[in-house]
Amino acid sequence: MSILQLENIVSGYGSMEVLHGVSLNIEDGKIIALLGPNGAGKTTLLRTIFGVVKPTQGQVLFKGSDISGTPPEKMTKKGICYVPQEGNIFPTLTVQENLEMGAFTREDDWRLRMEEIFEFFPSLTDRRKSSAGELSGGMRQMLAIGRALMVNPEVLLLDEPSTGLAPVLVDHIFERIAALNKQGVTVLLVEQNAQALSAADKAYIIEGGENKAEGSAEELRNNEEIGRLYLGR
Amino acid sequence: MGLLNFFISFAVMATIYSIFVLGLNVQWGYTGLLNFGIAGFFAVGAYTSALFTMHMPTGALANYVTQAFGLGMPFLVGVIAAAIASGLVSILVGALTLRLGEGYLAIATLGIAESIRIFFNNESWLANGPQGLVGLPQPLHNLVSPQYYSYVYLVIVLIFLAVIYIAVEKGIRSPWGRVLRAIREDEIMANADGKNVVFFKMQSLVVGAMIMGIGGALYAHYSAAIQPGVFEALFGTFIIWTMLTLGGTGNNKGGILGAWIVWAIWSWSTYLIAKVVPASFATRAPFIRYVLIGVLLIVIIVRFPKGIMGEERQVSKF
Amino acid sequence: MLELLIYGIVLGSIIGLGSVGLTLIWGITDLFNCAHGDQITAGAYSALLFVTLFNKMGILKGIVGPFSFSWGVLVAFIPAILISVILAILIDRWVYKPLRKAGATSITGFIASIGVAWALRGTIYIIWGADFHFYNTGLRPTIILHNIGIKFRVDEIFIVIISWLSVAVVYLFLSKTKMGKALRALADNPTLAQVSGINTERMLIWAWGIAGLLIAISGVLYGIETQLRPEMGWIFLMPLFAAVILGGQGSITGALIGGLVLGIAQQMSTAFMAPSYKPAVAFIIMILVLIVRPRGILGRRYS
Repeated sequence: MSILQLENIVSGYGSMEVLHGVSLNIEDGKIIALLGPNGAGKTTLLRTIFGVVKPTQGQVLFKGSDISGTPPEKMTKKGICYVPQEGNIFPTLTVQENLEMGAFTREDDWRLRMEEIFEFFPSLTDRRKSSAGELSGGMRQMLAIGRALMVNPEVLLLDEPSTGLAPVLVDHIFERIAALNKQGVTVLLVEQNAQALSAADKAYIIEGGENKAEGSAEELRNNEEIGRLYLGR
Repeated sequence: MGLLNFFISFAVMATIYSIFVLGLNVQWGYTGLLNFGIAGFFAVGAYTSALFTMHMPTGALANYVTQAFGLGMPFLVGVIAAAIASGLVSILVGALTLRLGEGYLAIATLGIAESIRIFFNNESWLANGPQGLVGLPQPLHNLVSPQYYSYVYLVIVLIFLAVIYIAVEKGIRSPWGRVLRAIREDEIMANADGKNVVFFKMQSLVVGAMIMGIGGALYAHYSAAIQPGVFEALFGTFIIWTMLTLGGTGNNKGGILGAWIVWAIWSWSTYLIAKVVPASFATRAPFIRYVLIGVLLIVIIVRFPKGIMGEERQVSKF
Repeated sequence: MLELLIYGIVLGSIIGLGSVGLTLIWGITDLFNCAHGDQITAGAYSALLFVTLFNKMGILKGIVGPFSFSWGVLVAFIPAILISVILAILIDRWVYKPLRKAGATSITGFIASIGVAWALRGTIYIIWGADFHFYNTGLRPTIILHNIGIKFRVDEIFIVIISWLSVAVVYLFLSKTKMGKALRALADNPTLAQVSGINTERMLIWAWGIAGLLIAISGVLYGIETQLRPEMGWIFLMPLFAAVILGGQGSITGALIGGLVLGIAQQMSTAFMAPSYKPAVAFIIMILVLIVRPRGILGRRYS
């Protein structure tokens, strides 16, 4: 069953159209990777799903109902969260305050949830009171994901969480993403890093704002042409 | 006759303000420099020309008036000296501030202009402190009887405006002007092109400041009396910003039109308000103009950000 | 010299209080509000309106303890704050919100704020005229500490305490409450704040409300310290700008330190040069700081 469905999304900024009709089908409880070269429109796609950018055509269906154009503050309430690639923390706020901001739309008690997140990313625990801007790249990424998790989202949109991280940290982040998925969170993972493929159940490849290929990680990996063009082999 | 005289003196001031607007347009309209210190260049120009053209006070007057020097030179020399002095001051200002971000530049220039005014106010030896200088020589004043002098002066300032207008238009259409606009549009691009951005900004600042210095001198000789109070930010800087914004930033014709409209609102509203309001309210009535100009500035920016004429598309001639 | 230091701390406290609201708005909306000073004037005159009203009604005329001002002034703080808060929010709705919607740059807002400043000052001139006004015209009691040779006014103790108290309350609000943290988050990273579900426009109402509150308090305190005149806020704005720039964009502690530095520097300068150079001293310090540390003393460390 698909939790999130994109049908022929056309979207962009002002008169500049970036996506020319992209369709995705994201099944409940899966990790879906979205790959493609720089400028393919991956970030725009995430921003369109999350309502930061409004699509000019097409529909975003969440559990079967059209949510395209819903403003971001309502998205978090619906259970969709987004971790941007850059600027994904509040640098002068403390780690704890960053998580608190993730829970901004929650009206119930979120303190328990915060402790769960500190358990999930133990290295953040000792830095509770530090300014987020003082954290290392890997910890920032964990904090950014942690902030999004504060509302117990059903769907998590991640924009290139491996950017700028050392390989060992990349492994760690992907391992944590897999662990999240085990807890039942559906993940849409945008990456340039082909390693994402091993973490994903299914992958889509887009280029120039259009669908190029889709299939299981296995199928894509075994496809000679796709491997050469998009997976850097 | 009275109304015509009123109109002529209105036209003289509107023309002088047009010159300031052209100076600001070089800096802000074409280069994107936020000069909030027009009043400072205004003051430097006015005082320089005064000191160059006046004579040292003699006799009983010397007891009341102190000034650093009085060269008694012709009007044109005074105007040229004003342009040079204002240009020199702008080099100093630019050296201090041009590397700052645009907002900081605005605050810094505002502060410098205010400091210049305070300086003239305090240093009595220089130009008679708060009382200022009175009795500046007026060019060609023997030509007609004093009550018609405004007519003569209108011709003089119009000639200055025409010359400056043509010079600015030529400059802005030259390759030099193209670089300035490139800086305004995208500083990083201009930098990547290998153009030394700060150096070009400095040139723009200096050219604009020299025009403002000339405006200051023309004002000084017209009013024949200057004191530091004239060079406050309101009349010396912000009214000029309103003029340019109203007419159309980056458009010289628009700027001149804006100068005439704003100055008309400013001077004619005084006249009209005085007729409408009761006498007991007369001392407060002039301040209605503050509200008028303020609201006008807001309405233009919020509703008509391009101004009346909008920016003129410039085609460079190589 | 010690006396000048004390005067500097008094002046610095008022500058600090005045600049916190300015830096808050600058940090959150990127707008450098040129009308801040004239909003301060409006706050001071709103209190005057009520003090005059109380005097006409013949109530609250008694002088408070050892101070120079009446109970009416203390009570008038409340309506003055209300008026100032509403005014600040309305200005934002009418002037800056349309500009934000149109995607205008912060520079455009900056120029628009000059229009706001004129309109406010003009209105004050029209209602109250150009003359000086005082909340209370009686004696201004002073304290003389003979053993160290210092003289200051009793009111100044009140001014310093209220200044620091107000700033402390705002500081606590920003660091302890959900709304306060959300405001800081918005200043830090507006895009992520939006992504986190923080409603920007609603937050800006809070921001302008807090600015309005601080503006009214600093206006009334400034009025108690000196006198009321339509130009008071505009002239006061110059050291505020300097303090805020010294402190760095959006930094409250920075603005406070900047305020103190400027207050002390301005008063100390009177030992060497004419007092009328005080505003120039503020600017020279500011420009020097800008050249050496373009982000101010406590400017943001993170990009």
